Amino acid sequence: MQQLSYFELVGFGPNGWGLALLTATGMTLAVALCGFLMGSVVGTFVAWAKLSRSLTARSIADGYTTILRGIPDLLVIYLFYFGGSAALGAIGSLFGAEGFIGVPAFLTGALAIGIVSGAYQAEVFRGAYQVVSRGEIEAARSVGMHRWLMFRRVIAPQVLRFAIPGLGNTWQLVLKESALISVTGLVELLRQSHIAAGSTRRPFDFYLTAAVLYLLITWVSTYLFQRAETHSMRGIRRAS
Amino acid sequence: MRMSGIRVLDAFAQAYVFVFRGSPLLVQIFLIYYGLGQFRPTLQEWGLWGFFREPYWCAVLALTLNTAAYASEIIRGGLQAVPHQQVEAARACGMSGFLLFRRIVFPIAVRQALPAYGSELILMVKATSLASIITMMEVTGIAAKLISQTFRAVEVFVVAGVIYLILNFTITRIIMAIEWWLSPHLRHPPAVKPALDAVHV
Amino acid sequence: MSSGVKSVSSETNPAVSIRELRKSFGSLEVLKGVSLDAKEGDVISILGASGSGKSTMLRCINMLEVPDSGDIRIGGETIKLKKGRRGAEPADQGQVDRIRSRVAMVFQSFNLWSHMTILENVIEAPVHVQKRPKAECIAEAEALLAKVGIADKRNQYPSHLSGGQQQRAAIARALAMRPNVMLFDEPTSALDPELVGEVLRVMRSLAEEGRTMLVVTHEMGFARDVSNRVVFLHKGVVEEEGPPAEVFGAPKSERFKQFISSHR
Repeated sequence: MQQLSYFELVGFGPNGWGLALLTATGMTLAVALCGFLMGSVVGTFVAWAKLSRSLTARSIADGYTTILRGIPDLLVIYLFYFGGSAALGAIGSLFGAEGFIGVPAFLTGALAIGIVSGAYQAEVFRGAYQVVSRGEIEAARSVGMHRWLMFRRVIAPQVLRFAIPGLGNTWQLVLKESALISVTGLVELLRQSHIAAGSTRRPFDFYLTAAVLYLLITWVSTYLFQRAETHSMRGIRRAS
Repeated sequence: MRMSGIRVLDAFAQAYVFVFRGSPLLVQIFLIYYGLGQFRPTLQEWGLWGFFREPYWCAVLALTLNTAAYASEIIRGGLQAVPHQQVEAARACGMSGFLLFRRIVFPIAVRQALPAYGSELILMVKATSLASIITMMEVTGIAAKLISQTFRAVEVFVVAGVIYLILNFTITRIIMAIEWWLSPHLRHPPAVKPALDAVHV
Repeated sequence: MSSGVKSVSSETNPAVSIRELRKSFGSLEVLKGVSLDAKEGDVISILGASGSGKSTMLRCINMLEVPDSGDIRIGGETIKLKKGRRGAEPADQGQVDRIRSRVAMVFQSFNLWSHMTILENVIEAPVHVQKRPKAECIAEAEALLAKVGIADKRNQYPSHLSGGQQQRAAIARALAMRPNVMLFDEPTSALDPELVGEVLRVMRSLAEEGRTMLVVTHEMGFARDVSNRVVFLHKGVVEEEGPPAEVFGAPKSERFKQFISSHR
C-alpha cells in the first residue's frame, strides 16, 4: 500500500478523513454544549439549594457536589451507559423484549456531562451569588420588588456576570470530558480518530490531529469567554 | 521557566502548558500509547519500545506530563502571590539568591499554592480511571468489566465510587493537615461562615 | 395599646405612625418601645449614637427589618404582622411590596445596582414594580436627574461616578417611585467631607418642596436648619423630641447635651 502524505490523510480528497473528522468535531461540540447547558440548569438548582435555609436541601446539595466532584467522570459515564441500558432492558423485558437494549450514546453522554458539570457549575454560581452586594439586594427589596422580579432583574444578571470566568473553566472541563464519551461508541472527535487510526494504521497522525482540533476549540472558546467577560464587566471597571 | 524572564524558555513553557491543559487527557494517553506505535521500528532501534509497549508506563507518562503542566501553573501562581514587600524586607536584611528563595519565597509560595495543589491531586486520582481505557485493570477498569459481566451497574458503581471517595477524602485530610502545620500564624482563625442567612432568593 | 393609637391618629392623618416598636437581635434588645408620628410635610431628623437603634427603626418602617411587636401605619394602613417560625413576619407580602413602593429608602452606601446605568437604575422600579409606561418613566427620570444635577451621567455606570454623584443618583431613584415618604439612612456618612455638601443641598431642596422625610443623620447643621422636628434616640428609647430650636436651645436630657457637644 502506498504511503499517503499527512495532508492527503487528513485532507478532503478521496482518501482523506477530513470531512469525517470535521463532522466528528461538530458532534463533540454538540454533546459538550448540550451537557453544559443541562449542567447550567442542574447547577442553578443545586446552588439555590446550597443557599437555602433548609438544612435538608443544603445537605443533599452538598452531598451531590462532594460525590460528583470526588469520583471519576468516566465512572459516571459508565453508570449512565450500562445502568441506563440495564434499566431499559428491565422495562423492555416487561413488554416481552429480549436482550441488551442500548441507550442512545448521545443522550448518555450529554446526561453524564450535565450531571457532572452541574456539580461544578453549582459551586461557580454559589460563589458568584455571594459576591453580589447585599446592599443592592436590600435596595431591590426596599423598592418593593418581589422575589422573582428581584431574581430576574437584580440577582441573575449579576450572578451571571460574576460567574463568567468560572463558567469558562467549567466549559473547558466539559470539552475535555466529552472525549470520554467515546467509550460509549458515540462517534465524536476522539472516536472518529480512533476509527481512522485503526483503518489506516497511522494512529499518531490522527491522534495528533485530534489534539490540534481540541486545542483549536479551547483557544477559540477562551477568546470568546474573555470577550464576554470584558463586555459584562463594563459597569465594574472604572472608565479612564 | 515562565518566571525566568528568558523569552525562549518562557515561550516553550507556555506552549507546553497550553497543549497539555488544552487537550483532553485521554487524547494524550492515546497519542502516547497508540500513536507512538506508528514509530515502532525507530523506538525498537532505540530500545525504548519495551517502555511504550506497556499501558502502565504510557499511562504514567501521560499523567506525569499532564499534571506537570497544571502543577507548573499552580506553583507560578503561588510564587506570584508572594507579597513584594516581604521580598523587599528580606533583601533589606541582606538576603539574596538561594537563601532568599529558601527562607522566604518558597515557604510563602508553598502555603499559597497548597489548596490548589490539593485539588490537582484529586483530579489526578480521578484521571487514573482513564488508564482503564487502554486496558489497564485499575478500579474503573475492573468496575467496567464487572458491570459488563453482571449488568449490575448501580452496585458496582457505588462500590467503585466509594473507593475513589475514600482516596480523595484521605488526600483532602492530609492536605488540610499540612496546611495547618504550615500556617501557625493562622491558627484559631475566626470562624468564617458565608453569609447564608442574609437574604434568600 | 391600640386604643391609644386611634386617638392620636384621628386628629390628622399622619404619613407615618409608629407605636411601641420593639426589636431584638438575639439577646440584644435594640428598640425598646419607640413611638413616632410624622405628618405630611414633616422633616424629622433622627439623631443618636451608633447602636442607639435609629437605623433599625428606619429599616423597620420599610420592613427591611421585621419588628418583634408594635404597630407601623403608613398613610393610615397598618402593616399586618403574624407569628412565623422565626418570630414575627409580614402576614401579607403583597401589602409589604405595595407599601414599600410608596416609602422610598436612601441608603448609606448608595446601593445602586452596579449592572445598570444610572438611568436604568432610576426607571427600574417605576417600570417593573409600579408597571408604569416606560416612555413616561424615562422622561420623568431625566427630569429628576437634572434636578439632582447629574443629567449628563445618565448613561454611565454607578462605578464611574463619585460618591456624592452616586448618592444623588440614589435620591433620584427614590424620587422616581413618587413616594409619599422618604427615608434617609445616614445618607452622607459614607462620603468624603467635600462631597457631603452637594447631597445635603439636594435634600434641603426636597424639604423645601414639602416632602415628608425621615432622616437618620449625624449632620447637626441639617437637623438644626432644615428639619422641623428632631428625635434623639438613646439605647432603644426616645430620649428627647421636639422642634430643633427647642431641643438645641434648651435640651432637657443630659445625654442629649453631651451628644450635641460631642458633635459640634
